[in-house]
Amino acid sequence: MRDSKLLGSIREAIEAAGLKDGDTISFHHSFREGDLAVGQVMEAIRSLGIKGLRFAPSAVVNLANFSLADCVRDGTINRVEASGIRGELGDGLLDGSIVLPQPAILRPHGARPRAMEARELTVDVAFIVASAADERGNCTGQIGANPCGSLGYSFVDARLAKKVVIITDTLVPYPCCPASIGQRYVDYVVEVEQIGDPAKIGAGAARLTKNPRDLAIAQQVADVIAACSLFREGFSFQTGAGAISIACTKFLSQRMAEQRVTASFALGGITAAIIDMYDAGQIRTVECSQSFDAVAAGAILSRPGVVEIDNADYAGACGKGIFLDRLNFGVLGALEVDVSFNVNILTGASGRMMGGLGGGPDVAVGADVSIVALPIVRGRIPSVVERVEARCTPGDTVACVVTQAGVALNPRHRSYPMLREDLAKSGIRLASIEELCALAYSITGRPQPMTYTGRPVVKVEYRDGTILDVLQSHTVE
Amino acid sequence: MNNQKAGRFARPAFGADMEEEDAMVLKKTAVAGTLESSDVMVTVTPNPGRGVEIELESEVKAAFGAAIEAVARRELELAGVEDAHLLLRDKGALDCVISARVRCALYRAAEAAYDWTREDAL
Repeated sequence: MRDSKLLGSIREAIEAAGLKDGDTISFHHSFREGDLAVGQVMEAIRSLGIKGLRFAPSAVVNLANFSLADCVRDGTINRVEASGIRGELGDGLLDGSIVLPQPAILRPHGARPRAMEARELTVDVAFIVASAADERGNCTGQIGANPCGSLGYSFVDARLAKKVVIITDTLVPYPCCPASIGQRYVDYVVEVEQIGDPAKIGAGAARLTKNPRDLAIAQQVADVIAACSLFREGFSFQTGAGAISIACTKFLSQRMAEQRVTASFALGGITAAIIDMYDAGQIRTVECSQSFDAVAAGAILSRPGVVEIDNADYAGACGKGIFLDRLNFGVLGALEVDVSFNVNILTGASGRMMGGLGGGPDVAVGADVSIVALPIVRGRIPSVVERVEARCTPGDTVACVVTQAGVALNPRHRSYPMLREDLAKSGIRLASIEELCALAYSITGRPQPMTYTGRPVVKVEYRDGTILDVLQSHTVE
Repeated sequence: MNNQKAGRFARPAFGADMEEEDAMVLKKTAVAGTLESSDVMVTVTPNPGRGVEIELESEVKAAFGAAIEAVARRELELAGVEDAHLLLRDKGALDCVISARVRCALYRAAEAAYDWTREDAL
């Protein structure tokens, strides 16, 4: 019988994996704001005095027990590559109070597997949090004391990292069943008291809304989808986890019931609203790259058509095929969109880091009809502008912008002729994107262009590794 | 938008106890507005002999700082106030809100009653 891979502590696993100065470490973000493991790992790394690490998780979210900014300040981390860096670090990089020797690299979800496969991003030690594991490393996010659902973002890390450490709080007798990540990939297993809080998975991006404005926008999005000729038996969609998106899912469900169509699949980050639709027989398969709340996290185990998928299968930029290739409708949130339909999902008019790229740029290029849904203004901040502060999604991949004040189609999008014809029949009021921008400015005034001339602090990469934008710090040095 | 409105208030009517030609006299510190989203909390303090000083705290200062200050200055001009310290704690208020809050704070600071009939013509 082969030995167990179980070690006594995270610290022992770090030492066994041979983590040294300058290495690259990775995590997944499936627990979102409920994650308790990243902090424990970083604390152990700091206690070992390892410095100069490249921090390359699938995304950085705001964590209660861990300050990424502190790890940068004390030199434990000196490079960051992720899909977003919302919170203290992102704000600090932009205002110049935190300095990294090299700009942080932000990639959309589909670019990360590509960068790893192309060895642009080589991970030395992947710390993969699993809600249940056996002593040989078979593991899952679906059972155990604190399930997080899909581990889809960490499959690529399991495959490609030099050393793989599984961190769990529920050690099960061999073999762990079901197992999302197999023992062949795993070097070490560590048991800790608690890996995360499933109740907080939905606390960040994922939230329900009663805001009448957001509901009106969500309803308009559902109307646009329902007016399309692609809205037919067997269609596919992704709505995501923003406030408008979740409301949109509810309205879409109503339209599907009214028009008696069902979907072949729903994709991406999955919410309870999608699981309700599956249970009602409205969706044949639910392809979960991520589970956005506790209901969705538990659904993979209990429902045969709700399945966990590899992020590379969902959105990977250079595989032989991805689910996004077959996506009809994708609903995207945004901070700003400009008159060329470029989308900003990172920085706000406040100069702060407000969001992450997530899968937005991937979904936009994949979906036949990519819909950016956003209010025309937020407070005094216009959402439809002349030029976005940060170009995260190229305008040519955005089919349509939906606001409470009107719907604008992108004449340069491949689906434009179809959309124009479909929507003309529907009676949905169309506006040009310039009209929406003028309306926004008539309410807020025209914002002063913000040109920052400090050091480059964030590189925004596209799916293929192209640099779409470079964000500069706000202070001149 | 601002310019359209400026005409309406070109000859401001003051409280009934004040002569129309008189500039408003600030007597005390006064506050109007809240710290709720889309509002602005305005604190007006008499600033005798030291001119107009405006302190602005705003999340949107980079994009709209100049516009917000211009709206506040216009209200001061309309009221004929040449010496005042204004603290604007802005939470993303639109121009119309800023105007209303600044004007209200000025009237409170001057202990003047607002002549609501001046709104009737609008």
